[in-house]
Amino acid sequence: METISNNLHPTPPAHQRTLSASADQPEGLRPAFPAHQRYWNEYVKEIADDRYFYERSCIRQTFFPGSEAAFLKILRDELGKDIRDEVNQHTCTGIGYHSDIVPLETTMTIVARLFSLMTEAGYKNYVPSCVTSFGVFSEIVHKWEEQPALLEKTRELLFKATGREFEIPENIAHPSDIIYKFRNELKDKMKYRLVNRYTGRPLKVVDHIGCHYAKIFPEKGIGKAEFPHVLAGMVESWGGEVVDYPERRHCCGFGFRQYIIQENRGYSIANSKKKFESMEPYEPDFIVSNCPGCTMFLDKWQYVIAEMEHKTYDKEGYGIPSLTYEEMAGLLLGYDPWTLGLQLHQVQVEHLLDKIGIEYDPDDKYRAADGSLLPSPEKPNNLQV
Amino acid sequence: MKHNIVIIGAGPSGIEAAHCLAVSGEHVTVFEKMEDPLENLRNKAFLFPDFTSASELTETFRTKLQHPYITYRGGTSITDMERMDGRWVLTTDRGEKIDTDDVILATGYRPFDASRKEELGYGIYNGVVTSLDMEKMLLRGRVVNSIGDLPSRVAFLQCVGSRDSKVGNNYCSKVCCITAAKQAVEVKKLLPEAEVFIFYMDLRMWGQGFEEIYRSSQQDYGIRYIRGRISEAAGTFDGKVQIKAEDTLTGLPMKMSTDLLVLMVGMEPSEGTRMLAGRCGICGEYGFARSENRHLYDNVTSREGLYLCGSCKRPMCLEDVISDARSAAMELLKSR
Repeated sequence: METISNNLHPTPPAHQRTLSASADQPEGLRPAFPAHQRYWNEYVKEIADDRYFYERSCIRQTFFPGSEAAFLKILRDELGKDIRDEVNQHTCTGIGYHSDIVPLETTMTIVARLFSLMTEAGYKNYVPSCVTSFGVFSEIVHKWEEQPALLEKTRELLFKATGREFEIPENIAHPSDIIYKFRNELKDKMKYRLVNRYTGRPLKVVDHIGCHYAKIFPEKGIGKAEFPHVLAGMVESWGGEVVDYPERRHCCGFGFRQYIIQENRGYSIANSKKKFESMEPYEPDFIVSNCPGCTMFLDKWQYVIAEMEHKTYDKEGYGIPSLTYEEMAGLLLGYDPWTLGLQLHQVQVEHLLDKIGIEYDPDDKYRAADGSLLPSPEKPNNLQV
Repeated sequence: MKHNIVIIGAGPSGIEAAHCLAVSGEHVTVFEKMEDPLENLRNKAFLFPDFTSASELTETFRTKLQHPYITYRGGTSITDMERMDGRWVLTTDRGEKIDTDDVILATGYRPFDASRKEELGYGIYNGVVTSLDMEKMLLRGRVVNSIGDLPSRVAFLQCVGSRDSKVGNNYCSKVCCITAAKQAVEVKKLLPEAEVFIFYMDLRMWGQGFEEIYRSSQQDYGIRYIRGRISEAAGTFDGKVQIKAEDTLTGLPMKMSTDLLVLMVGMEPSEGTRMLAGRCGICGEYGFARSENRHLYDNVTSREGLYLCGSCKRPMCLEDVISDARSAAMELLKSR
């Protein structure tokens, strides 16, 4: 086990008219502190080095079908790690739990069953693909630590129902934590950098952190809740520049009760719209997120807003591509964009690929694994593709 | 070297106590870690509640410090002190041993480090300043925004580092409410067109004249008070600061941009207060020094020959500090 610290060296956004400590500093104002003096720089998180037990997300394989496969490939092929992709896994109940459909006792027992699969396979480091699962596991383990009787009750319920037993993981980390931990090793293997090949300038990247990553337990997130560094660290290491825009911490709008209840979906899109409007002046090249819902809503609501209001948040009318961090890493490592599943995004990514200089074959975009061509999707009326 | 009385700290309380003792015929040595005394007071423009010029007071204290019975040792820190054979032995940062009958601790406070409240963006966005930064701007007679222009909107936020369990300070710093009102009025005097807001939890206008400033700030200067904490500050594309808060009187969330966000930082015990109170076994709540009895013996301690004055005990305003310093000097004289 290694304890890593967040070596924050954020690049100041180019747009910001920040003042150095030189003669142009207005009297009475002090310059921003050097990054190393920032308090959140001291926050550390333990992330296991190897031997991970991977738990897939309920929804990610539908929305971003190449992301989880890319993560496993990166860990196995690029980093040489042992990661188990368990075939008998199941939901963590996160969506049902947060929608008040699944009671706490059920969630605890189901979490316990997942842990029993890990125990049975001989692993101790749990890696849930989904940010909500990460929040659920962190919360349940915390509850068990605070209330040992609940842990005993859960052991009893699991054993009665399934005859299984379990150990609590020694380490729970989100996959984005692991990519962050090894970001510099990956950088050495990357074929591309987050640099606009036409201008030579760093790409401007909006990082969006899932609420359940650090807002429930700030100390479990790299950089804590106010300035999470988990995605920013990847972006900066790989040549990009993070956009620090006013609504950076605002919810993407996924919020289970906002989205699952149809009547509340207006709240969902309103939240996303607020973020788009806030990031628009900075002209970001793309959005990267570590949460299933965030990546999806920040992608698909752009289509809806374009259709409803004839509004896009880039200059050309294509929208701002919204990627997962595995897709971002996979692209830079030279993985084929269509194998990564980028053709399933609502906002098309070709302009971004061209900016980075990534090679791709447009004719393969809708080609199935057996080589046959799939039908092309219908084009939106307003969002350019 | 043998001394009669040593005072540690040359802020208003240390100097006032030294002067009282000196005019009573006692020889006093004052140690101050900074070269120049009165660091906190020097950076202030005007004092509440009557807008007295702080520089006038600074000059008065400087004159008092020049009393022939006072020896001033600036740029010298006391790094340790212990009681030996009925006397106090102090160690300086130069390794010098100071032997004295009595010690008055006047090590004071330090302003809360606002960058600990990272959600408020101090040290990250140049449009976020502290009340100390604002006081320096007022001292120079020029209030500017993050790019050096005159601000059209200024927002003050109360209770930064005070009454805040998140940073471990549950106490009220006592002076911030009136200081914000005072600074807001001064901003309006300099920039009559600017909009000025004060965000607060509740206003504690406890002192004589405080309520009048509060009233005048609204009636005469149009300063707007909003009951609500600011939850988040973020830089905007045009160099301003976006703030989010809940107006708890209307029950509505609000969001606005401001040229300057002024964080009213509270008082914490200084490093010297924490360290020396700890060494002497008189460490009280939050690291402040603890007196023997809050009501009757607030300047004496459980240690013989060790006295306290000023904001090393708790947050105090300047008036209280000066009275407390005189009281400490009297307590010491009583024991002789």
